[in-house]
Amino acid sequence: MKARVAVMFMLSDAWLIARKDLKLEIRSRVAINQVIPFALLVLVLFAFALDPDRGLLEKATPGLYWIAVLFSGLLAMQRAFSLEAADGVTDALRLSGLSPSGIYLGKTLSVAVQLLVLEFLLGVGVAVLYGASITGWLLLMATVVVATAAISTAGTLFGVVAAGLRVRETLLPLLLLPVLAPVLIGATRAFEAALSGTPSEGWPWVGLMSLFAVVYAVAGIFGFGPLMEES
Amino acid sequence: MTTETVGSVEASASGPTSTGSRATMILGIVTLVALGVLVLFGLILSPADESQGDSVRIMYVHVPSATLSYVGCFLTAIGSAVYLWRKSQWWELVAYAGAEVAALFTAFTLITGMLWGRPTWGVYWVWDARLTSEALLMLLLLGYLAVRRLAADYEVRAKRAAIIGLLLVPNVIIVRQSVQWWRTLHQTPTISLSGAEIQGLMLFSLFTGFVAITLVFIWMVIHRFRVAWLEEQLEAEGLDTAIAERRAEGVIS
Repeated sequence: MKARVAVMFMLSDAWLIARKDLKLEIRSRVAINQVIPFALLVLVLFAFALDPDRGLLEKATPGLYWIAVLFSGLLAMQRAFSLEAADGVTDALRLSGLSPSGIYLGKTLSVAVQLLVLEFLLGVGVAVLYGASITGWLLLMATVVVATAAISTAGTLFGVVAAGLRVRETLLPLLLLPVLAPVLIGATRAFEAALSGTPSEGWPWVGLMSLFAVVYAVAGIFGFGPLMEES
Repeated sequence: MTTETVGSVEASASGPTSTGSRATMILGIVTLVALGVLVLFGLILSPADESQGDSVRIMYVHVPSATLSYVGCFLTAIGSAVYLWRKSQWWELVAYAGAEVAALFTAFTLITGMLWGRPTWGVYWVWDARLTSEALLMLLLLGYLAVRRLAADYEVRAKRAAIIGLLLVPNVIIVRQSVQWWRTLHQTPTISLSGAEIQGLMLFSLFTGFVAITLVFIWMVIHRFRVAWLEEQLEAEGLDTAIAERRAEGVIS
């Protein structure tokens, strides 16, 4: 009974934080004005690097897509914590009495929503710019959902590890990108399997990424409290 | 007069007071002897491989150091867990020492692996499962060390590093699994539970390698721990002295 009440509070706190972050994002328009254009810029740069006439782009589309997601997602994750850095908001959050696990889940949710928007637009981008023909919808959708969960759970946890430090901009990529390597491999392979019409090869990757997301969600729910106490 | 208030003696009572001790001196001598035996068996007594020739001798240091790089990660994860649970600085420093030595062993594994790969496969690097996961392990350890060495309060960097240290083990498992699925070219493990593929003097040389490299690992972790411990004590003592001096000033005026 007590545990159920705690979980209810955690979820309502999470909803509160997610709504606050997304509202800030919508009003400040940083994601729309800077992160999304950056993501599209990355797609154009890949085309410059790999000559579009040689068919390399089409072959490498799944990998390029997920690299673009990771790089532009990093910007969104940096934002999620630089929001709190100013005006002593971190202290205010700590004093607010919201459960740390709720704050973690809320931030994760807000990052996940932003990533989903980003992934949708990048998907349209590769379909139009790289001429990728899209098949295997079910696997594609499942991959997008679990990969987003994996990236946002790990990203939010490492975001708070780097938060409040002078070196956070350089530290977060160093910490996060090696950790997300399995997600990059998994999401890319699953996309390749879906696009080449052999979806059965992609499902084990979806399983691995789900496991990854669960591990990081649990670590975040329990680790966020101690991490928020200091700094 | 005020020096008596400096609690350096009681503070260091639960930990080492210098980097050396009689026990580790003996350990050091044993380690050197073991390394000598390894050189004898690895370079002189054991035969060259039928297909790989003399380059197979790298195995006697490469395989043990790869194994110990993973042992170091486990040590870091255990130390981090105990630190988060009990707030024990002793264990935090064990985790730190473990991670640093593990990073060294990982680098050594990668270098010896490349030197072995060049004559065997014809290239320094191939994107096979074990090489790739070892390289990622190196990057994960560098991330831990970057956080641990931040210019911040001890509490801040220790706690943040401990979270990363704790996640090292699940990370390594997931990374290994993903890279294994991604690609598998590497020869299957040389020793498996069903029975060894190499025999006789070569197997014994590999065993000698495991003993010698493990001793090196233990010696390094112990000494790295002692240095880290003394560093932290020195910092705390410096603070105590400064506080005592300020107090003394107040008394005089």
